[in-house]
Amino acid sequence: MPKIWTYNPGLECAEPEIVEKETDILIVGGGMAACGAAVEAVRWAKPHGLRILLCDKAAMERSGAVAQGLSAINTYLRENTPDDYVRMVRCDLMGIIREDLSFDVGRHVDDTVHCFEEWGLPIWKKDPNTGKTLDGAEAKAKGLTLKGGAEPVRSGRWQIMINGESYKVIVAEAAKNALEGYENAEIIERCFIVRPLLDANEPNRVAGAVGFSVRENKIFIIKANAVLLATGGAVNVFRPRSIGEGKGRAWYPVWNPGTGYAMLAQTGAKLVLMENRFVPTRFKDGYGPVGAWFLLFKARATNAFGEDYVKKHADELKRFAPYGEASVIGTCLRNHTMLIEMEAGRGPIFIHTEWALEEAAKTMDKKEFKHLLAEAWEDFLDMTVTQAALWACLNAEPDKVPSEIMPSEPYLLGSHAGCAGGWCCGPDEDWVPEEYKAPWREIGLYNRMTTVKGLFCAGDTCGACGHKFSSGAHVEGRIAAKAMVKFCLDHKDYKPTPKENPEDLKQEIYGPWYRFEQYKNATTHYEVNPNYLLPRQIQDRLMKIMDEYVAGVSTFYKTNKIMLEKGLELLKMLKEDMELTAARDLHELMRAYENRHRVWTAEAHLLHILFREETRYPGYFYRTDFPELDDANWRCFTLSSYNPETKEWTLETYPYVQIIPDPLGP
Amino acid sequence: MPSYVNPEKCDGCKGGDKTVCMYICPNDLMILDPEAMKAYNQEPDQCWECYSCVKSCPQGAISVRHYADFAPLHGTAQPMRGTTDIMWTVKFRSGVVIRFKYPIRTTPEGSADPTLGGKEPDPGLINTNQLFTEAVEGKEPAKPKEVLNKKFEVGALGKTLKIKTA
Repeated sequence: MPKIWTYNPGLECAEPEIVEKETDILIVGGGMAACGAAVEAVRWAKPHGLRILLCDKAAMERSGAVAQGLSAINTYLRENTPDDYVRMVRCDLMGIIREDLSFDVGRHVDDTVHCFEEWGLPIWKKDPNTGKTLDGAEAKAKGLTLKGGAEPVRSGRWQIMINGESYKVIVAEAAKNALEGYENAEIIERCFIVRPLLDANEPNRVAGAVGFSVRENKIFIIKANAVLLATGGAVNVFRPRSIGEGKGRAWYPVWNPGTGYAMLAQTGAKLVLMENRFVPTRFKDGYGPVGAWFLLFKARATNAFGEDYVKKHADELKRFAPYGEASVIGTCLRNHTMLIEMEAGRGPIFIHTEWALEEAAKTMDKKEFKHLLAEAWEDFLDMTVTQAALWACLNAEPDKVPSEIMPSEPYLLGSHAGCAGGWCCGPDEDWVPEEYKAPWREIGLYNRMTTVKGLFCAGDTCGACGHKFSSGAHVEGRIAAKAMVKFCLDHKDYKPTPKENPEDLKQEIYGPWYRFEQYKNATTHYEVNPNYLLPRQIQDRLMKIMDEYVAGVSTFYKTNKIMLEKGLELLKMLKEDMELTAARDLHELMRAYENRHRVWTAEAHLLHILFREETRYPGYFYRTDFPELDDANWRCFTLSSYNPETKEWTLETYPYVQIIPDPLGP
Repeated sequence: MPSYVNPEKCDGCKGGDKTVCMYICPNDLMILDPEAMKAYNQEPDQCWECYSCVKSCPQGAISVRHYADFAPLHGTAQPMRGTTDIMWTVKFRSGVVIRFKYPIRTTPEGSADPTLGGKEPDPGLINTNQLFTEAVEGKEPAKPKEVLNKKFEVGALGKTLKIKTA
């Protein structure tokens, strides 16, 4: 073959084998929520012999958002009440959350953190004699445990510091041990579940899901009684600030393409608050965490001229009362004050690590100061190695020079400081208002079940319940798993009957490869072909549309009705072209479906922004035609659902019910 | 190209059925060229620089050359991950070298007990709101101290929008 015909495929596609499986519980995903679900599901399923199957797109030991590690656990209550936890979440997310779901996370989350510690996660403690910091290993040697009442080292009211390089390794190990120790459980790694299966006989009923192996040419058709979507958020839906190699250095993991949101939409499940997004302000380019620097090391941030921009714009924040006047103002509002400075040309925005360390040095001897510096570096090395390396590349020593911080491209997620996701049932208890039970009366009140019978959410996919973080996602997986066992016991006689037959599913799932084979010879270079687009090309167009029309970085997060409608028009055509994606190998087949999921997520995001005629999250995005935050009209949920038959989206509002009394924040 | 493989050290995991970097990469980037018996990163601009491959390579063959679009050359962070600690060597562009050592776990590898002591919860408690650990310990989950349950009757209630897409 001459050179012009060659390309360098990875694992080559071939006619796939169809593998059919049947289970009671299907866990889709392998991150924190999925690991929590695995551990909990086994305990309750075992006495009844229920089957459990977990499918992870990657290897559980290093999959999901915590794959690299973390330097803190952001949700640990200890001396705080779940009531105050709800207040914190509701204040940061601008007054609209499902307080029943958040309360449920808050009341159970410490138990899950205690499990992590028992499994071997090193958690920093305060030495009870000296008051000084002990790392997790030193604390363990002294017999200090959280469960035993030892005091953690808080970097904020809700956060505790850990030596978390192996956080995911440890949590995954427990989950794997649980599944491997139970004869009716199975794990399939490198199995990418790409779309749900609906039941042929019962409307609005999930019957399983379908996926494929990214290692061998196999399609998995999985029939299930209950399905948990424990997948991640959505990354690189918007054009990122770094568009070369640095595209991979997303703040949230680059492998999260919004699979759960897409699958929810495809089943007709209701989505909630999909307009909500997170625009984290982080160390510029490397996206290193700022939490420990602000909260633990007490660093201050300023504009180019040393002015504290949050203080400077205190009057501006009054526009967004009561959220702008709370004891801790919302994350988006802090972004808002920073963006005013950036737009006015008074950047760069600096985080003054050098001032913070100079201040700290005053109360420390040399050895203590050296230890503090090591802690500061660990904050990056545990979870964002790139940021440490970037300091090294730039010869930036944090005790000598400040670093730049910057708001990133937008992300969609439901477990960090955002709350997009599925509209789910909460605990069926007497304190929960009827409004939060009514949607499930017909199909059953099972905790974390969506509006589709048998389909559950946890972690990033469960909406209106943000600020769970790693520990909250794990515990939410546990909550969902227990409810799923109960669901399976209550629906013992259900026989899943997918609408589609296996051969049609094979044709559909491997469609991008068949397309490639059909048309590859229509060009001398496989990347330019009039019959198809490659996954990367679909993504490039998506990121451009979202950036330019849907309040990305290039418009300073601003949009309006006309822009959104124009964006939607382009997105519709992209969605049509997406059906013409080609994939030359298994890796590209994976990318083909990831980008489908991104496009679905993007569509939901755009429609929700169009529907909500106000600026609810200033600093995350602005509707320039409705620039005010409008509590009188819009302090309510927005829900959307897609009808797979009519291909029509319906958006509706739904009342917000305040369960936990004022004050707004804790 | 974010993570990269030193061809002098990579032995393709000796043709075993599990190439470690390929097994571990969360984004399916590392791949073995079976003819050269060397691994490579097949999509560098999708690399998160999570270091999972670097930390797990048995030959120490993988390093990171940081993102070309914002990182000047020659700064590096190289780990050595053991069973209880990780050692980091951070080298500045200027040549300055600093080293750190941090604990990574406090229990032997493989020992995480998912039952937390082996006691099984009473299956009859499936209808309660207790997680299995709470059921074993007889711990009652909290309820709100005070319940307001105030419904917000706002202007947009009742509003809907229907849109047909592809």
